[in-house]
Formats: sequence, structure tokens, C-alpha cells
Amino acid sequence: MEASGWIQLAIFLIALALITKPMGLYLMQVLDPNGRTFLDPVLRPLERATYRAMGVTPNEDHTWKQYTLAMLLFSLVGCVFTYAILRLQNLLPLNPQGFTAVNTDLAFNTAASFTTNTNWQNYGGESTLSYFSQMVGLTFHNFVSAATGIAISGALVRAIAWHSAKTIGNFWVDLVRVTYYLLLPVCLVLAVFLVSQGMIQNFKPYAKATLVEPMKVQVEKKNERGETIKDASGKAVTEEQTVTKQNIVQGPMASQVAIKMLGTNGGGYVNANAAHPFENPTPLSNFLQMLSIFAIGSGLTYYLGRMVKNQKHGWTVWAAMVILFLGGVLLCWWAESSGNPIHQHLGVAAVDGNMEGKEVRFGIFNSALFATVTTDASCGAVNSMHDSFTALGGFVPLFNIQLGEIIIGGVGAGLYGMLVFVVLAVFIAGLMVGRTPEYLGKKIEAYDVKMAMLSLLILAISILGFAAWAIVSKWGLAGLNNNGPHGLSEILYAFSSGAGNNGSAFAGLSGNTPWYNTTLGLDMLFGRFLMIVPIMALAGSLVQKKVAPPSAGTFPVHGGTFLILLLGTVLLIGALNFLPALTLGPIVEQFLMQGGKLF
Amino acid sequence: MTQKPASLFDWNIVGPAIGDAFKKLNPRLMVKNPVMFVTMVGAALTTVGIFTADSALRSFVAQLAIWLWFTVLFANFAEAVAEGRGKAQAASLRRARKETMARRLRNGREEKVPAPILHKGDLVVCEAGDIIPADGDVVEGIASVDEAAITGESAPVIRESGGDRSAVTGGTRVLSDRIVIRVTADKGAGFLDKMIALVEGARRQKTPNEIALTILLAALTFIFLLVCVTLKPFGIYSGAAFSIPVLVALLVCLIPTTIGGLLSAIGIAGMDRVLQRNVLAMSGRAVEAAGDVDVLLLDKTGTITLGNRMAVGFHPAPGVESNDLAASAQLSSLADETPEGRSIVVLAKEKFGLRAREMHELEATFVPFTAQTRMSGVDLHANGAQPTMRVRKGAAEAVRGFVESAGGMFPQSVAKTVDEISHRGGTPLVVASDMITLGTIELKDVVKGGIKERFAQLRKMGIKTVMITGDNPLTAAAIAAEAGVDDFMAEATPEQKLKRIRHEQAEGHLVAMTGDGTNDAPALAQADVGVAMNTGTQAAREAGNMVDLDSNPTKLLDIVEIGKQMLITRGSLTTFSIANDVAKYFAIIPAMLMATFPEIAPLNIMHLHSPTSAILSAVIFNALIIIALIPLALRGVAYKPMGALAILQRNLLIYGFGGLVVPFIGIKLIDLIITALHLG
Repeated sequence: MEASGWIQLAIFLIALALITKPMGLYLMQVLDPNGRTFLDPVLRPLERATYRAMGVTPNEDHTWKQYTLAMLLFSLVGCVFTYAILRLQNLLPLNPQGFTAVNTDLAFNTAASFTTNTNWQNYGGESTLSYFSQMVGLTFHNFVSAATGIAISGALVRAIAWHSAKTIGNFWVDLVRVTYYLLLPVCLVLAVFLVSQGMIQNFKPYAKATLVEPMKVQVEKKNERGETIKDASGKAVTEEQTVTKQNIVQGPMASQVAIKMLGTNGGGYVNANAAHPFENPTPLSNFLQMLSIFAIGSGLTYYLGRMVKNQKHGWTVWAAMVILFLGGVLLCWWAESSGNPIHQHLGVAAVDGNMEGKEVRFGIFNSALFATVTTDASCGAVNSMHDSFTALGGFVPLFNIQLGEIIIGGVGAGLYGMLVFVVLAVFIAGLMVGRTPEYLGKKIEAYDVKMAMLSLLILAISILGFAAWAIVSKWGLAGLNNNGPHGLSEILYAFSSGAGNNGSAFAGLSGNTPWYNTTLGLDMLFGRFLMIVPIMALAGSLVQKKVAPPSAGTFPVHGGTFLILLLGTVLLIGALNFLPALTLGPIVEQFLMQGGKLF
Repeated sequence: MTQKPASLFDWNIVGPAIGDAFKKLNPRLMVKNPVMFVTMVGAALTTVGIFTADSALRSFVAQLAIWLWFTVLFANFAEAVAEGRGKAQAASLRRARKETMARRLRNGREEKVPAPILHKGDLVVCEAGDIIPADGDVVEGIASVDEAAITGESAPVIRESGGDRSAVTGGTRVLSDRIVIRVTADKGAGFLDKMIALVEGARRQKTPNEIALTILLAALTFIFLLVCVTLKPFGIYSGAAFSIPVLVALLVCLIPTTIGGLLSAIGIAGMDRVLQRNVLAMSGRAVEAAGDVDVLLLDKTGTITLGNRMAVGFHPAPGVESNDLAASAQLSSLADETPEGRSIVVLAKEKFGLRAREMHELEATFVPFTAQTRMSGVDLHANGAQPTMRVRKGAAEAVRGFVESAGGMFPQSVAKTVDEISHRGGTPLVVASDMITLGTIELKDVVKGGIKERFAQLRKMGIKTVMITGDNPLTAAAIAAEAGVDDFMAEATPEQKLKRIRHEQAEGHLVAMTGDGTNDAPALAQADVGVAMNTGTQAAREAGNMVDLDSNPTKLLDIVEIGKQMLITRGSLTTFSIANDVAKYFAIIPAMLMATFPEIAPLNIMHLHSPTSAILSAVIFNALIIIALIPLALRGVAYKPMGALAILQRNLLIYGFGGLVVPFIGIKLIDLIITALHLG
């Protein structure tokens, strides 16, 4: 854990703190139908034209049911749209590589994945998808699924800030404004910047390079479905190939990477994601990509404080997130720096730590930081292979996701997930001070507790239910390339990543099978939409409540005591559910590794 | 009925409670408490497991089963003890409900019927010696009534038709005279019946916060159930075949059994504490709402002040000696039996050594106060029928009229003194003798000792106090300042009270008030917590949601504290229960994995003896903590009036941090003991 790492961590935190307020203030304008931004002269006419085309009356607010229904319908249509594009990509333009249509289960999985802002990829982008599929089918969702998350969190915050009302804003207006005023302009700037760092942006067919030194490789034999052929003992059949030429990926990468980070989508243009030199060319691009993952989620906490007229509350929520983030970074960094005793027995210098699966360009600190950032937020982009982390190092991303992606979190999703814990913390603390619990003056009653707990329940059911099914079913075990606790971690990670809408993977799992495509697709849909419905019901209940003025009898929802309370609630209620399963996975694996066993 | 709370483990209560704990195992009762129901199902599964377990593990599984059953029984026992204590209270209430014969009036004729068949609207007659058969309103006559059966107060009280003292309670005894009562409650719906049901827990309905908490606990239980069920397949994959009893042990330790087991006991004990304060509450909801109240409307008289104004000074008019003023003032008050009048006599004696004279010696007749004259005084008859001298005291305006009609002058300086006294919050009474204005007596309200400190505490708790008085704004402001209330309402009419309550509620406040008269009924009904005085009218009692048997308006403050204490106890034990999970996790999880992955031994940070002793210790701790916390649940968490943040910090430290640490120690100790006894 060298000094340069500490300095970079400090710079990252300072930069994060600095962008939070401006982003929050900008969100105040974006999430207000009458908000003003410097882009109005350009975008207002476009915004109005969009409403006319959609038949939306911008000042007509929705009740929570209308809002939720609009969001669900929009997502359903978007999901079907993407499914259709993937199934028909061989007939559609911009397919210079001549890729065939995506098969049904993979198309379902991918459509669900991008609709839910997960971007779990059971395929290699450069070897499966046409430019059209990437740009229209997927990048479209990268924008609107991010905008949907931000809209939902905006609606929830409004529900907390407003009182004695029935409506919580207009979904279409939120969706359009977030896309036009926030995501598109910021991505434009970010993409241009990434191009300046060396990222590609073109429509050329893939370049072919002749290798200076031809090499022989053992590759797994695949059938026409793209599945690995296995021998009688279940091992993949391999064949030797001599490689003389290399395909070098091309395409409109920068535009997709900008929104992939800013919108916490995480789906890589190429399979290697942000570890690929094109997708992450320089240390600066690495830093900015990490910062842009957190930018909107962090700004939303400021937006919360501003909206409820208690800026300290916003900062306290931010602080809780940042403390959990720091805990993760430090543990992961420490575990990776400590390395693997087995490597050390083999002569790897202990000081090098665990470099397996990491880019030498990024090293241990930036890999650990990126892994923590991408799993705290439900981004899922990776610049190193989490599967190759030490058991404890890999525990951190897994744990982050299982907390419910609330540490800064996916755009919007992080805030509304954290607010569920805030409501629960307020409920328990409120009882402890002897009053019906109040959150910013609103009484937290049975219905609100029910909806908050329902959303936690859905997360636990999606993760544990599917993982338990996978771990004892032949379909689930078929995808495992590792045995022992590491195999369990891989399955647990896959379904956590799906339900948490993260999209990163413990790469040892072969997910492109009909069973995994289907279950993971459902897992992602449950984790997104079944979570949102109770949260919106909570919003609908909160917005109707009267506000009791604060007094000495109401405890403050800011400051150290509330911070401790919130952290305690997150860790006790959010984490204890997964600890038994985690013990059988990464925790046991860590002890076994120290005992000299690997999986 | 005012009685000391039974000691926590009175054998008369504990004995039957043990039996009740078993009776409560009825699944139809258990299912109301999801946490304990799941525990009971787990205990049953483990019991079955005894017969299917390996012979080597049979003793372990049997012990597990025993302790799981104990967990359920301890929770039932807690509830039974709380109910038992309530029943002890209720028994004394019920003694007042002896079957009596009522003398019902029907078509003007009296007939004897058993009290239980009386209906709302029936008229009954009660004479000296009769027990009043049902709650009702006096519609005819006046009587002194012994209410000791319900209030414990031996002095009889007057009950009369009309006015504000018309309500009578079934079970009390008429001592003198004859009254006709209109029955206002059917059998079983009277105050006593409701309260008996509440403290016995029979018809106790869950309060809103209790329902919300039950949902939280049920959801946590469901999540942990899911955790344990899915752990089975995870274990199969890992080569660790977890047995059902072990998974049940983990489940029971993780679900919040501590608060789940004590939740209803806390509620019943809270109602019991309300009753010990001699307050009848119509529902648990009302008591809980009292904890939320942040605006108290308090009647000045009786709550903030001692009820009576006292004379504190004489201010003579120009050219009049203080002595003469005092003498006349005393003279005018000799026969005035009001507390104010008596205080004038006393003050004259104290200040000027004037002895009270006898009226008949002076051949004086008393002229009582009337609403028309707004004066009282004496007429002196030297030797004849015609009064030779008329001495009056009264409101300045009234006396001015009296003096001027006699041809005298009302001095400007007296008017000025009157104003000054009013400004100070006092009440000026002007004394005149025929046409001469003698001066002014200053009367003052005496604020109760300690009340200012109490209001300061309330302010710290975030509760605003509003004084309600019929006084003029000047007087009210002065008393409000002296008593330290936050606000006051002067010249308050019942309509204004109602308006004020609605206004506060519209701003999001919860309002409590006390009242007694029929004209208070709308305000009592509108208030979130309305405490009616037992001396009040039946209308007021019906409108409020609590009745204070002692008719002591200060009681409202106690009720607020009990309401808060109930919530605090629930919240604190919930925190404690959830925090306990960490230690149990460290006890059970390593024990479950030890056989398959011996490398995990360092996770056994408590160094528990063996896997079986570790699991047993956690389960035993989980059961015993319920018993250990029963006294706390019944007594309630200590409550001191202070700011919310301070309370939160204190309880977080004790029950949150304590909840993390205590089980580590407890489980380790139990492990040492069962290891020494070779049980593990």
C-alpha cells in the first residue's frame, strides 16, 4: 500500500467532493420542468418538440401509480425494441463484419440487461454485435436506462420534499430533461476528451495486423452455437491453432464509453472492457472514467439536501456512502497488496502483491480502486479481472453489490436504495427517542416500513434464490469453470451482479447458456423493476403526508449520530443476510488460500 | 385501586403465568406473532430431528430442541406475566363490578332488574346506599357519591344533574340523597370494562407503531428464513450437509426473537403503568399518541396555578389610610367563603393585625356576588332595617358604577392602580364604602411550585405548552411569563379552543388537552389526546380518549412520558435484538463449517469449545436473554426528559453498542458452563 496510492485516493476523494455540489445544483435545474440551464437556447425547442411528438403535457404531474406505469411501459417497449434489433441485426445496416442474428435467449438476456442499466454481457461485443446493434440497440438504453434511474430518484426525493400532495412529477418530462440536459451534453464533452486521450471513434471495419511472430495457442473447440464442446469427463475440448493475424477492433467507441461510465451502465465496447488499451488509454482516462461513474450519484445526494432544505442531511448521506466506499477500497487494496502466499512460495516477490488478472499499466491500487468504484456504483465496467483477485479482494466487489448498490450507487438507483435504509434507520431510531418515527417531519408508518422492507426482500430473494437454484442444478453447475468456494463465489457474484444491476462478472462463469441467459435476465428484471415498484409506492405514501415542524423532540437526520445509525442499519440489515453465503464463498476461500489451497 | 405496582416476580402472578405460557402454545394464538411462530415451527422440526439424528448427536439435538421450546415458552411467559400484572390490577377494578340489582324506571314505575340487562338510555334510580349499576349521567337530583372503588379516594364527591359534575361511574356507591341516572353504556362497554380488557391483554389491539414494528420484524424473519433455506443448497455444493436442527438454530438466532418475544409484554405493561397512575385509557393507540404529542393545551387553573387567586396587597386611594382600606376589605369579605375572600381576611390579619370579627356582632348582612352586580360585600345595620353603611368590593367598573350612583367620585389614581395591577397579571378588586372609594386589593394567581422546571423539561423534549385561561390577555401574559409556558390563550371560549387545536393540527402538530365541562367535549374529541377529568361530565368523558380518575390535570405530563417510554422500550430492544446477530453469527457460522473446512477455525473468535457447544451456547443465550429482559420490558427503559439527540445517543450506546458486546460475553460464559457440565 504505497504512498502513490494514498495520494491518488486523496485526489480522487477531493475531486469527488468538489464535483458534488455543482452536479447537485445542475440536477436541481434538470429535474425541475421549469428549471433553467445555459443550454436552454439550444435544447428548449428540441425539448418542446419532443413533448409535442410524444403527446406529453409537460406540466401535468403523475401520481406514483401513473409515474410507475409510464416507466414500466417505456422500459417494456425499449426492451422489446432492443430484442428485435438483436434478432434482426443480420438484416440491419452498419454490419461490416457480417455478424449473424443473436439467438433468442442471449437476445433476451442482453435486452433485459441493457433495459435494467445492468449491462451484463454474455457475449463479446466485438465478436457478436454489429455497429448498429451497439449504437442503436444498446447505446440508446445506456442513455434512457440511466435517465430512468435518475428520474425515479428525482421522483422519490420530490416525494420526500413535497407534502400534502398527490403527484410526484411527470415521468416523460424527467426522462427527456435528464437525457437532453444532463446525459447528452456531458457525454459529448467526455467523449471528445476520451478521444483526445487516444480512444477510437470511427465506423471502419476491423483492422487486420500481421503478427511479427506467429504464435500457437490452445483454443476451446466450439460448436455452431458458440458453445464449448466438452469431452466425456466434462472438460472442454481444445485444439491447437497457429495465429498469424490479429483483428484489431474499430468502431464508435468513445461515444459509447462516455455514457457507459456516466450512466453507470458498464457494458464494454469490447469484452476486455476498461482493461483494453482503446477503451482506457491513459491514466487520466482511467481517473476520469472512475470519477464519471460516481459523478451523478454523488451529485444526487446534494440534490436531496437542497430539495429537502437540509443540506446537512444530503452531506450526511454522502458521508455514509463515502465511508462505506473507503472501507471497501482499503480492504480490497490491502488484500491485493498482501498478495497470495502460494505465489510467494513460488518465488513471486511479496512486495508485488497479487498482479494476476491486472493490467500492469494500472497496477494494484488503480485496479482495487476501479473494482470498488464500479461495484459501489452499479456500473460494472472493469479494468481488471475480479475473478483473479484474492478471495478477500474479490469479497469486496461482491459485498458492495449485495449491499444493494447503495454506495453512491447506480445513477439514481444508488440514492433511492440508500433512502430505503434511511427510512429504516429513522424508523428504528425514532422509536428509540419515544416518538412515532419521523423522516424530515413525515411520519414513517406501517405502510412505509412494509414497502421499504419489501424492496430489501426482493433483493435477497433474487440473489439468494437464483444462486441457490444454480448451485444445485445441473444447468447452473454446467457453467462453472472453477470448483470449491471459488465456484460458489462465481455463481453468487453473477446473480448479485444481475439483481444489483451491476453487470460486472467473476469471469470464471460461462453465462451464455439458455439457462443462465434466462435466469440472469429475470434476475436483472426483478432486481430493477420489482425493487422500483415498492420504492415508488413509498414515494406515493410519503408525498401525501403532512410535515410536522422540527422541534427538540425530533432527532436530527444529519451529523455524526445519524451517520453511525445509518451505517449500522446498512451493515446489520443490509449485509447480515448475505454473510452466511459469503462465508461459504470468499471467506472460506481466503482461509483455505492461507492454508495453501487454491481453486 | 391506587396500588403499588406488583413486584416484578410476585409468585401470585408468576405461578399462573407459567401455566399460561404453555396454553399460549396454541398455534392459532402463536401465528399472531410471526417471529415466535417461526421459532415454534423450528422447535417442532428440531424435536422431530431428535429421532432422525445420529446417535452421537442425539443428545445435542435434544438439548437444542429443549432450548428452542424454552425460547418460545419464555416469550409466552413474558406476555403472561404482563397480562398477569394487568389482571391483578383488573381484579380490583372488577370487584367494583359486582353484580348489582338496578332500580329501573319504566313509564314512571320502578322495577328491579339485574344490572347487566340495562341498556343505553335506560333510567335508573339510586338512593343512599345503592351501588350505581352502570356508567351514566345524572339527570335529576344531587347526591354525594363514594368513588373509592375506582379512584381510591375516600372523600365522597358531589354528583348533580346539569353542570359539569353529572357523570357517574358504574360500581361507585351513592352515600346520600336520591338521583336518577340515564345509562350511557351497555354492559361491557363502560369505562371499567374497556380498561379491564386493555390491561388483561384480552382485547388489546396493536398500536400503529407496534404494527409497523411487527411488519419490520416479520420481514426480517422472512429474509433470514430465506437465508437459512438457501444455505442448505450452498452447503450441499460445498460438501457441508447442514442438518435441519443446525439450520433451525441459526435461523432462530438470527431472527429478532428478543424483541419478538417481548413486544406484546411491553405494550401490556405500558397500559398497566397508565392504570397505576389512575388513568383509564380507551386504547393503547391513545397512550402511544400521547408520546407523540408536541403541543399541550393546559388549563391554567389547577394545572399551572394553584387554582385560586390570593390577595397579596392593599393599595389605598389618596387620603385613605392603609389600615382603613384593609379593615373595610376584611369586613366585606368576612362572610365571603370563596378562597379569594378568605385570602383577603388572612392578608388583613397578617399585615395589619386585624382580627376577623363575627358578622352577627356587627349586625351585618352579607351581600353575595352575582353575575349582575359583579360585587360582593356587607350591609351594616346599626339599629334598623335600613343599612347605615354599604361596603362593596368588586371589579373596577362595577364599583365605579356603585360609587357614582351614590353620588361619589371614582379617583383617577385608583383607576391607574387598577391598570397597573392588571399589567402585572394580578386581579384588582376595588373596595368602596358608599360613596367613598377606599382603594384596591391586589389578587394574584399563585403558580404551582416546580411547574416552571417541568415546562422547561417539556421544552427540551420538544413539547410546546399553551396555557388556556378565561383571564384577560394582560393577566394571562403575566402568568404565562411567570410559569414559563410557551404560549397562552386569553379569554378562551370552547370555540376558540377547538379552533386553536385545528390550527395546530393543520401545522402538523399533535395536540393533547385536558377538559371537564360539556363545552370542552368538541375540543377533547378534536385533540389527538384528550384527557377528561373524572369529575367532569359524561359528554366530556366520552369525547376524550382517557379519563383521569384523580381529576388532576398535571397527569397529562405523566401520560406523555409513559407513551414515550413504551416506544423507547420497543425501539431499544429492537436495536439490541438486531445488534445481537453479529455475535451469534460468529458463534454459529464457524461451528457449522468446522467439520468441512477446519481452516476456518480463526473465525471462531470467541474460542468456543466445540461446534456443538458453540451452537448450543448461542441458542441458550438467545433464550435466556428473553427472560433476562422481562423486567426491563415490564418496567420500561429508563426515561429522562431531554432532547431527542441526547436520548438517541444514550440508547444507541446502551442498546446498540451494548447489543453488539453483551452476547459475545454471554455466549462465551454459557459455553464455559456447558463445557464444564459436559453438555456440549
